[in-house]
Amino acid sequence: MHAAGRRAAVLLAVLVVVAALPAVVSSRYVLSTLVFTALHALAALGLSLVMGFAGQVSLGQAAFFAIGAYVSGVLTASHGWNGWAALAVAAGAGAATAAAVGGPIFRLSGPLLAMATLGFGIIVYYVLVNWTGVTGGPSGLGGIPPLAVGSVRLDSDAAMVRLAWGALLLALWLAGNVVDSRVGRALRAVAASEPAAEAAGIDAARMKLGVFAAAGGLTALAGGLYAHYVTFINPSPFGFAYSVELVVMVVLGGVTRLWGAVLGAAAVVALVEVLRAALPALTASHGAAEYEIVVFGAILMAFVIFLPGGLGAARSRA
Amino acid sequence: MLDGVPQYLASGLVVGGIYALIGLGFVVVFSVTRIVNFAQGEFVMLGALLTVTLQARRLGAPAAFVLAVAAVAAVGAVLERLAVRPLRGAPGLTVLILTIGAAIAIRGAGLVVWGTDPFAVAAFSDGPPLRVGGAVVARQGLWVLGVAGAVFAGLWWFFTRTYAGAAVRACAINPRAARLMGIRVDRVFLLAFALSGALGATAGAVVAPITYATYDMGLMLGLKGFVAAVLGGLVSPPGAIAGGFLLGVVEALAAGLVSSAYKDAVAFVVLIALCLAQATGRLPWRVPATE
Repeated sequence: MHAAGRRAAVLLAVLVVVAALPAVVSSRYVLSTLVFTALHALAALGLSLVMGFAGQVSLGQAAFFAIGAYVSGVLTASHGWNGWAALAVAAGAGAATAAAVGGPIFRLSGPLLAMATLGFGIIVYYVLVNWTGVTGGPSGLGGIPPLAVGSVRLDSDAAMVRLAWGALLLALWLAGNVVDSRVGRALRAVAASEPAAEAAGIDAARMKLGVFAAAGGLTALAGGLYAHYVTFINPSPFGFAYSVELVVMVVLGGVTRLWGAVLGAAAVVALVEVLRAALPALTASHGAAEYEIVVFGAILMAFVIFLPGGLGAARSRA
Repeated sequence: MLDGVPQYLASGLVVGGIYALIGLGFVVVFSVTRIVNFAQGEFVMLGALLTVTLQARRLGAPAAFVLAVAAVAAVGAVLERLAVRPLRGAPGLTVLILTIGAAIAIRGAGLVVWGTDPFAVAAFSDGPPLRVGGAVVARQGLWVLGVAGAVFAGLWWFFTRTYAGAAVRACAINPRAARLMGIRVDRVFLLAFALSGALGATAGAVVAPITYATYDMGLMLGLKGFVAAVLGGLVSPPGAIAGGFLLGVVEALAAGLVSSAYKDAVAFVVLIALCLAQATGRLPWRVPATE
């Protein structure tokens, strides 16, 4: 009980700080970076549940982000839906897709599962590019309306900072409660030893599938918020590179900590901003390439070899 | 519509030879170390682009090919020595993320060195395509099959007729027993990674004249090589070869008869189907990675 109370207090404090921030900071660049940090963290939170509690890695998590973005985007831009209803359907679609895909592929584990999720991500990407009648194909989907409360459109960076961080902190609070509940204990048992957990009467496969579905829903929610924030989406940000980016966030932040996703997302967003400025000068050509991957691979290797607990562990060790 | 079938079969077999070579790389590493090396596809990319660079240095095609393969074998060995060995005994997820990291690091290195533009690569020999039955086969296609065949024969000889090959097989069956018999397991691990590097690079060098060579070619080829290996049970070299050809043919038929837009999805569908078949006990063999 004590831990739960402390967590709620910390989250509330962060919420107050973030809500007050746009009043103090007026730089659009800083505010939009904050929005993206929260959206990435929300997406990474889902993956960190999969990695920390199901002990599996998904290399197709970007697909759920894309599903969220496109479901919410298409419903509002092409069918005139209310933004919040579309967002809810988008999150539901992410969870339902994860449950449907997870049914067969979560019978696998380890590398086979990772490859299967990688293949799933690639297929979703192909569908986005080829299903031009609905998704707009490579040229994208525009005119997605911002979310609105009554007649107030949440299209300012300040409003989106509050909304995205509010969603992230709510998700962290919910995830924290689940982790401390009976379900959370069952999940930790599965993560520690699947046979032992099964011997204790826990349906490990169902637990893992549930985590995967929850992760799909969270990541899709982040994607939906993203679509309403940027108002124009095309397939290119939802490729393999983004799936890798999410894995890097989780590993950087530490797989077993919920806050790790936030820490990792912030670190990756900062790193990407620095690299965008520095790397094109170093590489041979200036095409639109995934320059981040140049260092992401090295970071992943360095962290699993030298700092498997992530940045959070480094702090608590120091 | 069915007129195209001989052509699809021929193209499928050529591509299948590539998948088989890549799949063999997965099998060699997995059967010895129980690691699925996600960097396998990046070995293919390195092999293709190194061949391009070496040929540009006015090296003859054979010399460029041999040097590229040797260099990537060295990359495989370095990866084992510097990254995989320190994590011996670590949890599966950790090693998995390590090889994913290695794959991305190699891809990033490829981006820095070669940029994003695709390279056209000269075929091994000039001349018009050949007619075989009802199909037209580019000369490079024959080179693919010829090189793949030579590699299969060479591997068979290595595994069944040499001491080192027997040591690798012993480690694959039981590393602890192999160690007790005086086999240096560390060296076999190193050898397995070097061999997988060489196999990937060979695939890359022979496929480059057909597909172009780019820094990001490794992802798709790696995934398909993996499906080929899984089709064959992941620990069986002949299985991976058969799996490679099967996947190549199925993919070419699907692209030709159904839709070429989703050609790359075929491998994934095959993988999911395999998983389902195994989960319901309809598969006559087991894929050990799922145990």
